[in-house]
Amino acid sequence: MSGPVFQARALTKTYRMGEAKVHALRGVDLEIRAGEFIVLLGPSGSGKSTLLNILGGLDTPTTGDVRFLEHPLAGADEAELTRYRREHVGFVFQFYNLIPSLTARENVALVTDIAAAPMPAHEALDWVGLGARLDHFPSQLSGGEQQRVAIARAIAKRPQVLLCDEPTGALDYETGKLVLEVIAKINLELGTTALVITHNAAISGMADRVLRLGNGKIVGEEKPPRKLTPAEISW
Amino acid sequence: MRSLDRKLLRDLWSLKTQVVSIALVIACGIGGFIGSLSTHSSLLWSRQNYYDTARFAHVFATAKRAPASLEAKLREIPGVAEAETRVVRDAQLSLPGVVPPMIARLIGVDFQYLPGMNRLTLKTGRWPAPGAKGEVAVNQRFLEARGLKLGQQMRVLLNGKLERLRLVGTALSPEYIYATRGGGMPDDEWFAALWIEEQALAAAFNMEGAFNSVLLRLQHGASSEAAAAALDRLLEPYGGFGAIGRTDQLSNKIVTQEINQQKIFGIVLPAIFLVVAAFILNVVLHRQVNAQRGEIAALKALGYPDRDIAVHYLKFASVIVLLGVALGTWLGQWLGGAMTGLYTEVFHFPEFHYRLEPWLVLTGAGAALAAAAGGALAAIRGILRLRAAEAMRAPAPAAFRPLFIERLGYASLLTSSQRMIMRNLERKPVRAAITVVGIAGSVAIVIGGTFWADAIEWFMDVQFNRVQRAQVSVGFAEPVPRAALWQLERLPGVKQAEVTRAIPVRLRAGHRSYRTGITGLADGAQLQRILDADLRQARLVPGAMLLTTRLAEQLAVSPGDLVQAELLEGKRVKAAVRVGGTVDEMAGMNAWMRLEDLNRLAREGEVVSGAGLLVDRAAEPALLERLKNVPAAAVVIVQRTLVDTFRETSARNVLFFTAVLSVFAATIAVGVVYNNARIQLAERAWELASLRVLGFTRAEVSVLLLGELGLEIAAAIPLGFVAGYWLAALFIALMPSDVIAFPLMIFPATYVLAGAVVAAAGVASALIVRNRIDNLDLVGVLKTRE
Repeated sequence: MSGPVFQARALTKTYRMGEAKVHALRGVDLEIRAGEFIVLLGPSGSGKSTLLNILGGLDTPTTGDVRFLEHPLAGADEAELTRYRREHVGFVFQFYNLIPSLTARENVALVTDIAAAPMPAHEALDWVGLGARLDHFPSQLSGGEQQRVAIARAIAKRPQVLLCDEPTGALDYETGKLVLEVIAKINLELGTTALVITHNAAISGMADRVLRLGNGKIVGEEKPPRKLTPAEISW
Repeated sequence: MRSLDRKLLRDLWSLKTQVVSIALVIACGIGGFIGSLSTHSSLLWSRQNYYDTARFAHVFATAKRAPASLEAKLREIPGVAEAETRVVRDAQLSLPGVVPPMIARLIGVDFQYLPGMNRLTLKTGRWPAPGAKGEVAVNQRFLEARGLKLGQQMRVLLNGKLERLRLVGTALSPEYIYATRGGGMPDDEWFAALWIEEQALAAAFNMEGAFNSVLLRLQHGASSEAAAAALDRLLEPYGGFGAIGRTDQLSNKIVTQEINQQKIFGIVLPAIFLVVAAFILNVVLHRQVNAQRGEIAALKALGYPDRDIAVHYLKFASVIVLLGVALGTWLGQWLGGAMTGLYTEVFHFPEFHYRLEPWLVLTGAGAALAAAAGGALAAIRGILRLRAAEAMRAPAPAAFRPLFIERLGYASLLTSSQRMIMRNLERKPVRAAITVVGIAGSVAIVIGGTFWADAIEWFMDVQFNRVQRAQVSVGFAEPVPRAALWQLERLPGVKQAEVTRAIPVRLRAGHRSYRTGITGLADGAQLQRILDADLRQARLVPGAMLLTTRLAEQLAVSPGDLVQAELLEGKRVKAAVRVGGTVDEMAGMNAWMRLEDLNRLAREGEVVSGAGLLVDRAAEPALLERLKNVPAAAVVIVQRTLVDTFRETSARNVLFFTAVLSVFAATIAVGVVYNNARIQLAERAWELASLRVLGFTRAEVSVLLLGELGLEIAAAIPLGFVAGYWLAALFIALMPSDVIAFPLMIFPATYVLAGAVVAAAGVASALIVRNRIDNLDLVGVLKTRE
C-alpha cells in the first residue's frame, strides 16, 4: 500500500431543505490510501452519501479541504469536477443507472469512448462475468446482471477509485454476493481503491477499514482482524 | 378549496412555461379565427348596411344614347320597383403638377333632388349649387390620395373641349366603395368620380333629353337576371352595352371577393393552429399523467372514483385552453381592428364598425376545448385502466432494440450518442412524427402566408413586362381609322405604337352567357401579347376566337365549338364564332381575335379603338401633355402608375399578413419544440444526470437531447416546404379567380424565410431547455429510481 489518494480536513456540508438547514457533515477528517477497501457504515442521514458524493466530485463541501492526489476538489468548478469524474472515478449506484436505449456493451462503451486509456468494453464485461450477454439491452437483463454491467461500466476506464453507494441494496442475497465478489476482485486484482456505502454490516468483513458515521462525523474506525472473501460472509 | 384542486394549481404553476407556450399556440388559432371572421362579418355588415341605407341598385346598364321617353317603359319591366336614368361619361382629367393623365368618371346629378338610388353621402363641403357652372363634388378618397383641398381647380376634356371644374364638396357612393379605373386594383390617385350638375353634363355631350346609364331597384324576390334581360331588350336599339346584376358590378365584385378571402383565411389557418395545439396538449397531458402514475394510484387507493380523477386532468387541460381563449380573444380583437383599418383605406364606407360577435368567441373556445378534452381523455384512459397496486409500481424499463441499420450490420458507423438519439427516435416513432408534423406545420404556415408576395410579384412581372408591354395606353372615344397609327407614331417620344380594337360583347353558349370584350390584335403584335401561366405565347387562329381558359370553362365550350357573339357596339352584329383555342391566362376573362377578323365580324372597315405605345422615358412628360389635348384620346393610362398603386397597397397588406403569420408560426414552432424538449428532459433527466455523473460534460449531454430535436427539425423543414407548397396551392384553389388568377409561385427566398423562422424558434427553445440541462440534479438521481 502506498500514499493517500484522498485527504480530507474538517469537511462540513450544510444543505438548505426548504426552510430548514441540514448539517450533513460536521467536520470530517479522513485519509484513504491507494488500494484500500473501505466500507462506510452508518444510519440514514449520518452523512455517508454526502461524503461519497464529495469524494466523487458530485458535490463540493461547504467548508474544509479535500483533495484527490494533487487535485483540490473543494474549490473546483463544474468543468473541473466533470473532468475529474471522467478521468479518475468509477461509480456504482443502488439503481444501476444504465441507459435503457443502449446494450450492455454500449453502456460500457459510453465510458470507454471518453476515457484516456480504457480497457475494451468486452473485457470489462468479461471481468464481471457477462462476456456472453454483450448485446442485451437493460430490459433484457436481471437486476444483478444490470448491476454488474454498471460495475463493468465503472471499471472500464481503469479508475483509481471505485465509489459504490448501496451496490447490493436493490438485489437479492445471491445476486448481492455475486456483485460483492466482483467489487472485491477489482480491488484485489486491479488495485483500485474502493469505497462502499452500505447498511449491511456483514459487508464490513470484506474491508481493510470500516468507517462508522453518525450525525455528520466519523464516530468510529475499525480494522477487521482478517479480510474475508465475499464467500465467507453472510447476512 | 378541495385538495385535488390545490394540486391542480400547483401542477399548473410548476409547468407554467409549458402552460403558457401551449396557451399561446391556442391563442394564435383563436386569434386568427376571431380576427379573420370578425373582419369578415364587420365588412359584410358594413357593406349590407351601406347598400340598404344608400339604396344601392340591383341592376346596372349603360347604353349609347337612349331617349328620356324610354324611362316609363323601364318602370314597367316585371319585378322593377324603381328605375333611374342618368348621364355618365369618362373623360381625361388633369391637375396642375400631375403629368400622367387621370380619369374622371362624370356622373350627372340633379342636385335639387339628389338621386334616390345609389344615394350619395356628403363628407365635406357642399353639393354643387343647382345651375352653378363648373362646380363638382368628388369621391372623398381621391381628394385624400391627391392631397387636394376644396376649391381646387381641375381641367377635364369634355367631348373634345377643355373645361375648368371647381371642387366644392366630397362624397361617398355605394357604387365606388372600391374605386378603380377598371382593373382589379385600387386606384384612388388616378380615378376620380365627379358628380356634376346633370344639365351641364348633358349639354357637353349632346345628351339633352337622353340618358346612357340606368339603375334599377327590384321588388323583393324578383330575379335580377330576368330584369337585366328585359332591360337589354329595351336598350338594344339605343346601343345598350348589356345590363349586369349587382354581382358583376365592379366595386361590389371586388369588395365581395375580398370579404370571401377573409372567410377562407379565417377558417383554414385557425383550423391548422387548433389541430397543432390539440396535438401538443395531448402530448403534454400524456406525459403529465404518466409522471403522476404513482399519485393517481394513491388517489385510487384512497377511494377516488375514476371520474374524479378524469375530471381533475380535464380541468388541467381546460385551464390552459381558457387561458389561450382569453389571450386569443384579445389578439383576435386587435387583429380584426388592424385588418379592418387596412380595409378602410381601400374600401370607402360611410360607417365602418368593427364588430366582434359573441358566437365567434364561443365557437372558437368550444373548438379548442373539444380538441383539448380529446387529448386529455386519450391520455387518462390508459392510466385509469390500471389497478391501483399496479399503478404504484414503477413502469417496466423501456424496451429498446438495435436500429434497423444496425440489424443490417452497420453498427460501427454510429457513436454511442448517435445510437441513443436514433434508438429513442425509433422507439417513439409516433411522438417523433407528431413533433415533425407540428414543426412542418409551422413552416407551411409561414409559406402559406407569405407566398402571396411572390405570387403578386410574379403576376406583376408577367402582366406588365411580358403581357401588357405598352408603357402608355390610349383609348379612343370612338373607333378611328387604322391610319391613326401613323399620327401616333409621330407624337414626341413614341418609339413604337401598336393599335388594337376592343368591342364589348356578350358571349353565349347554350344557356350560359358572359359579358366581356373581344380584343383584336394586329398580326405580330409585340406590345400586347397573349401568354399562358407558363409564359408560352398563344397563337391566334384566323377566323376564330381565343378564350381565356376560365372563360371557356364558364361557357362550357372547348376548341372547335361555336359561341354566339353579340357585339354590343356599332352595328351590334350577332354571329356564331368558332373557338379556335383556349389560353390559361392569369388576368381577366378575355376573348382574342385577329384585328382584321374582328373588324370583319363587326362589319366595319379598318378601324381601331385603342393603341399601346412604347415611349422614350425622357420624352414621356411632353407626350402626356400632348395627349391631354388630343380630343380623340378619351382615356390615357400610364402603366407605371397602375403598377405603383398596386405595389403600394398590396405591399402594405402583404407585409402585415407576413408579419402576423410569421409570429404565429414561430409561436407554434416554439410551442412544439419547447414542449417536446421539456417532456423529453423530464423523461430522461435521470438518464442524462447519470451520464453527467459518469463524467459527460454539459455539452455532451445536451447533444443527446437537443440532437434529437435537431434531427426532428431537420426532417420537418423539408417536409414543411412540401406542405407549404400544398397549403399555398389550397389557398390559390379556394381564392376567387375571375378577375385575377394568382399563380402558385413561391420564390426560394420564401422557403428560406420559412425555414429560418422555424429554425430560429427551435434554437430559442433549445437554449431555454439547455439551461435546464445545465442544472440537472446529479445527486438526486442516484438516490431515486426512475
